[in-house]
Amino acid sequence: MRWRSMIVPLCAVVFIALAPAVFSTFTITLMNYIGIYAIAALGLILLTGVGGLTSFGQAAFIGIGAYTSAWYTAVYGGSPWIGLILALALTGVVATALGATTLRLGGHFLPLSTIAWGIAIYFVFGNLDALNRYSGLSGIPPISVGPWSLAGTTSIYALIWIVLGLSMLLCRNLLDSRQGRAIRSLRGGTAMVESLAIDSFRMRLAVFVLAGLLAGLSGWLYAHMQRFVNPTPFDVRTGIELLFMALVGGTGRIAGAVIGAAIVVLLKNFLQDVLPSITRYNAQMEIVLFGVLFIILLQKARGGVVAMFRRFMPRPAPPLPVEAPPLPQTAKPQLSGAPVLRIDDAVKRFGALAAVNEVSFEVRPGEVLGLIGPNGAGKTTLLNLITGTAKPTAGRIVFLGHDVTGLEPRHIAAKGMARTFQHVKLRPNMPLIDNVVLGAYPRTHTGFLAGALRLDRAEERSARYEALQQLRRVGLGDKFGELAGNLPLGQQRLLEVARALAADPVVLVLDEPAAGLRALEKKTLSDLIRGLREGGMTIVLVEHDMDFVMNLVDRIVVMDFGAKLAEGLPAQIRADARVQEAYLGGVA
Amino acid sequence: MTPEIALLLAQDGITTGAIYVLVALGLVLIFLVTRVIFVPFGDVVGYAALTLAALQLKQTPGTVWLVLTLAALATAMEVWTLARRGEMRLIPKALLTYAVLPVIPAALVWFAAGYDLPMAVGIVLTLLIVLPISPLLYRIAFQPLADASVLVLLIVAVAVHFAMSGMALIFFGPEGFRTQPITNAFFNIGPMGVSGQSILIVVSSALFSFLLFVVFERTLTGKALRATAVNRVGARLVGIKPATTGAIAFLLASALAGISGILIGPVATLYYDSGFLIGLKAFVGAIIGGLVSYPATAVGAILVGLLESYAAFWDSAFKEVLVFGALIPILIWQSLTARGGVEEEIEEEEGDA
Repeated sequence: MRWRSMIVPLCAVVFIALAPAVFSTFTITLMNYIGIYAIAALGLILLTGVGGLTSFGQAAFIGIGAYTSAWYTAVYGGSPWIGLILALALTGVVATALGATTLRLGGHFLPLSTIAWGIAIYFVFGNLDALNRYSGLSGIPPISVGPWSLAGTTSIYALIWIVLGLSMLLCRNLLDSRQGRAIRSLRGGTAMVESLAIDSFRMRLAVFVLAGLLAGLSGWLYAHMQRFVNPTPFDVRTGIELLFMALVGGTGRIAGAVIGAAIVVLLKNFLQDVLPSITRYNAQMEIVLFGVLFIILLQKARGGVVAMFRRFMPRPAPPLPVEAPPLPQTAKPQLSGAPVLRIDDAVKRFGALAAVNEVSFEVRPGEVLGLIGPNGAGKTTLLNLITGTAKPTAGRIVFLGHDVTGLEPRHIAAKGMARTFQHVKLRPNMPLIDNVVLGAYPRTHTGFLAGALRLDRAEERSARYEALQQLRRVGLGDKFGELAGNLPLGQQRLLEVARALAADPVVLVLDEPAAGLRALEKKTLSDLIRGLREGGMTIVLVEHDMDFVMNLVDRIVVMDFGAKLAEGLPAQIRADARVQEAYLGGVA
Repeated sequence: MTPEIALLLAQDGITTGAIYVLVALGLVLIFLVTRVIFVPFGDVVGYAALTLAALQLKQTPGTVWLVLTLAALATAMEVWTLARRGEMRLIPKALLTYAVLPVIPAALVWFAAGYDLPMAVGIVLTLLIVLPISPLLYRIAFQPLADASVLVLLIVAVAVHFAMSGMALIFFGPEGFRTQPITNAFFNIGPMGVSGQSILIVVSSALFSFLLFVVFERTLTGKALRATAVNRVGARLVGIKPATTGAIAFLLASALAGISGILIGPVATLYYDSGFLIGLKAFVGAIIGGLVSYPATAVGAILVGLLESYAAFWDSAFKEVLVFGALIPILIWQSLTARGGVEEEIEEEEGDA
């Protein structure tokens, strides 16, 4: 089964290895450009396609890499290998600084800032005397490996494609690991990511710096292949060409980098051949046609070329996770009767409206607490205060003896709280199993490098097996390979529960878990919750379905107009006149 | 820096800033109504200035061919869309809007080119031919993507800019142009000399900003535009077509671009790609206004003009670095003051992958 997925990459490797023996020097030169741009486009695919962050400024990072090594080797006379280290160091520093300042920008502000610094860096290249202004630096030495100088077209070809191949392999491994999954989850929105104990800003910064480093690497190769640098190739126009490569190839696919770069480089070459015979404005026509093609692509095929072909090929199903040693369990503090969660006079105001008004209650260890109330009573706002998604205006939230008031959701999640959402937040284009493994993020430890180098396999096997078990627990075990987006809404809710369980939480917070579920699914869910209670888990749930709540929970807190109306056993609540009035608008 | 120089730089900055005000207002208008960050807007400004320059040199401006091409494309797309929906009876109106109306100014300019035109005639012709450019671009590039995210629209806008600036190079060549001054008057106010052209720029900028305000506050069309900006779905429910308000926004913005181009033509030598930089700088001003408020946008645009003027005195080579570099702290400040909105943007992208 595995070997069939290797056919295409294997053929590609053979083709690339044999190319110098078959093709002319001119073709190899073109392939050099394809390789160099593909390295930078790979970074953009991770950034834009996988992480959902658009950058028009990647060309500036290529420029920083190219100029650093060019200056060090041509002006200072150093070795290109030291130049590589300096190039990567400087692109890394600049990317970290730019990322740290701009990645908190939301929506379209981030891509706009990339245009701004992309242009600013370009003008810096063109105006620094040390870099010989717009005339550029020449006399850059070729790279040499031991006694061999890589001055020839074919010898640098080998280096470029080896570097590209290794980069692709490492990126593929990374995406398939713990941190890579976290990057893939970024497009699901901050609320979901943070509820999984993932630091979304750190992930954004990591993928931004990684993309910058890949661009810097490609710049280093570019400088030592061209042996000359000037500012022109690093302006925003190249930045948009790179984005075009990433989009043409198909965002989110590693192979898209090479395919996109090949299409763009070959198309440009074709236009340069053909246009002079039609018009004397060939260079300008090239830009115009490029713009037009880009618009057509975005209007007609936003998924890119790879996605167009993927549609006709069956998606390879992920393998069934095999039995593996269990993941370490979350430390369960012995509370001996002390409350797991205490809400003290919590207040949340939106302007003049008090959505939650001085609510206090406790959640005892091992109980199932139901939170009910008419529409607009402030139940979901209260859940948001508990999980950290919203900050209380006043009052305290104490979780496992720690004051967690005002903490970020990821810190509260890391302490052992897992939640589901009223509006399901999943990654629809990821298989069920990957969605659930995402939940095990706080229980695993693999870093970026370990993931890229595949040192994480033992932990990964355990995490996948754990995810499979949680899927089985909610009754979705045999659908582990399907895409989450293909499930009906009810099953998506169950999938969210499985994801929350994979974190092995102390407290499970469920926001309307039974909404949209069919009768049988509701029964599965209430059986599951009973089973969890027997296992010692504490559960807080908001629900509208009274049958479901009354037969399941130990205690109930009723809210109305932001305030706590009543608290007690289900039977007491059912008999409470105030509760009946709140629900039925006065007992006749 | 002596006080005289500081005053001179301030005057220079306010004059440039006044032009950025008009351009920035157009950008904000388009963004609010259609959510398009119209990157090629500066190119339209450039086209206006270069068209007037070509007319003054008794040449046929390439703008004629641009408008004809865009009109042909837009007509074909509109007719095709209507035919596919089976709404044949709407085709004559589409032909009038997209084929006849844009061709009239193109034909006028084509006939008039080559004659020694009075200044006023040249200006009117330039305004007329620039007017259809933005609405046609909207129909061709953006309207089919009306439901796409701001991000996709932004990428399309950047692509449109490339096409527009490439065509500008073909039409106008790499040389720079400066149009004849509209007025040669010169005033001495105390120690400071002020050119009539500067006063004209500042007064026109104020006048047209005020007119825009009147349109928004006093006309039904203006109210429809504001309604679309506030809530697209809500506007639809009360019978406002977002496609129509979008086209009107682009038309108004096009007029602003034409006026800006005519005003800046005599005070700066413009190249085929100068418009883009003007647009981007105006954009920095628009961002200072948070892309929501017209008065704040005007203040921001004036600030950019002043910053550019003083930066140029300090080190002319690095003035672009400074102006664009200034955007980053501004954006950070914006994102700190206005939270929210991030979430929806990311989730919207979902369908693409």
